[in-house]
Amino acid sequence: MTLYVVKRLLQAIPVFFGTTFLIYFMVFSMPGDPVLALFGDRTPNPAVLEAVREQYNLDQPFIVQYFMYIKDFLTGNMGVTFSGQTVNDVFARAFPVTLQLVTIAVVAEFLLAVGFGLLSGLRKGKFADHASLLMALVLNSIPPFVALFLAQYFIGIKLGWAPVTVGANVSWGSLLLPGLTIALTIYVVGMRLMRGSVIEAREGDYVRTAYAKGLTSKRVTPVHVARNSLIPVITNTAASFGALIAGTTVTEGIFNIPGIGKVLYDAILRGENATVVSFVTILTVMYIIVNILVDLLYAVLDPRIRYV
Amino acid sequence: MSDRNAHYVAPVDETQPGAVDQVNLSARKSNMWIDAWRDLRKRPLFYVALVISAIILIMALFPSWFTDADPGRGDLSLSNAPAEPGHPLGYTLQGYDIWARIVYGAETSLTVGLLTVLITGVIGVPMGAIAGYYGGWVDSLLSRIGDIFFSIPYFLAAVVVMSVLSDYRNPLVISFAIGGFAWASLARIVRAEVLRNKNLEYVMASEAVGRSRGSTLLKHVLPNSMGPVIVALTLSLGAAITAEATLSLLGIGLNGYYSWGNDIAQAQTVLRTNPGALFWPSLALTLTVLAFTFLGELIRDALDPKARARR
Repeated sequence: MTLYVVKRLLQAIPVFFGTTFLIYFMVFSMPGDPVLALFGDRTPNPAVLEAVREQYNLDQPFIVQYFMYIKDFLTGNMGVTFSGQTVNDVFARAFPVTLQLVTIAVVAEFLLAVGFGLLSGLRKGKFADHASLLMALVLNSIPPFVALFLAQYFIGIKLGWAPVTVGANVSWGSLLLPGLTIALTIYVVGMRLMRGSVIEAREGDYVRTAYAKGLTSKRVTPVHVARNSLIPVITNTAASFGALIAGTTVTEGIFNIPGIGKVLYDAILRGENATVVSFVTILTVMYIIVNILVDLLYAVLDPRIRYV
Repeated sequence: MSDRNAHYVAPVDETQPGAVDQVNLSARKSNMWIDAWRDLRKRPLFYVALVISAIILIMALFPSWFTDADPGRGDLSLSNAPAEPGHPLGYTLQGYDIWARIVYGAETSLTVGLLTVLITGVIGVPMGAIAGYYGGWVDSLLSRIGDIFFSIPYFLAAVVVMSVLSDYRNPLVISFAIGGFAWASLARIVRAEVLRNKNLEYVMASEAVGRSRGSTLLKHVLPNSMGPVIVALTLSLGAAITAEATLSLLGIGLNGYYSWGNDIAQAQTVLRTNPGALFWPSLALTLTVLAFTFLGELIRDALDPKARARR
């Protein structure tokens, strides 16, 4: 296991440098003055312009710039946003909100995947199987922002069951609607994994043995079938945790949730590209870290992985 | 009971020698694609998806068959006006005809979708195939490059590219912004598929009769690995169209083109008073993505003999 952990961590090092270099390269090798490009269509004030030039060490050769940027990144010196707050402050304030939202989405996704996957697997080939797969696929095909607008309009505005936008006072209840909506558009992957392993488990020898020794399906289904089918769903849920943290931009923008995604959303809309780049880098690095954790979780849950 | 000692002899159910000669050589030919096509023809959903895709395609090619209105003409006296004959979905805040803008937006969505798929395929297929087939250090190198692209969520990468390239917001650039990162997951699929195929007998046979490694890869291994590739590309068509609309929603998508995403972004402010301006383009977008997703899913099912048998 230790060997596996070390190997996985070593693999992440080139990926970390590769991804950050790529983002940096995309920004600073574009045609024109990269610093002016960072301001989009706005005319920056000369003091801010100078601060950004300094932040990115543009008087140095490109590769030196990149390593100085990495050093700043690793030591937590990410510069300031256009409103003058440090990126660190903004991050510290926004991240817990995003975490809350993603937690709701991921828990709901897990429950939907397990519930419908179990139903589908146990009723393989029957109407309930086809119907629930079709429903999950249709929900999955709705572009996330369309689903969010629909939820906002019908449940928020028409029915008034939930706040239309979240705003500054974030509570678990106010995040329920966006969180559940996101879960509905993504649970199909986990559901299929659950369905597949339920079908496989039901044909397994140990399930036949359980029935043979006289257990009823009331006990066999939850204890033997469901429990052994959970591993792929758990790892998939963990993986979508990473993807969601990196992908809350539109959700938080539409529902006005003051998380990381909203910071990115506002920065994109206002053309504050320096802030966009900082936060995309942070989100990408977090995405890589979560993916490492997912692989390690997989190795803990499934012994076959770590001995390969 | 005279045969009390006679023992039981099981019936022979081996193939009788004569049966081999009776194999019907003129029977219908069959291969992976023909089997899949026979399966697809029996699925009603396949026709639904096909008809929707065809309508979108015709709309993209011949928009004037569907509407006489000019999508670029905003008449402020018609701001948020309801539907009337010839303008079945009403008007937006700026007085644009909603239906006309949906019709003309089809071309944009489809262009971005197809260009992105093309870019994804042109990069992803060779990267995965070469890595899988040649193995060794080539595989290590190409796979590590793929890992890097795979580790940046492709939507965030597209956000960076489109933010910086604010002067070049056209379909080609946006397709490169999406496809330039989405290829990495396709390369993984191709690599796995090539690895599965490359040690099979037909590959050995091809090399034994003197075909070179590269030619064997192109002539035998790749065609036999295309199933999952086609499925992944069909599915990514829908994903690319969604990504374009989302980028346009954020204001960093297309500039100067009819785009469903742009129209949805514009309609956000009138969600309460004129929800149709937001929902109709959303519906067009959803139906398009739905059609391509279902095509991909049904082809996936049809190409998998195990899945066919399970139904």
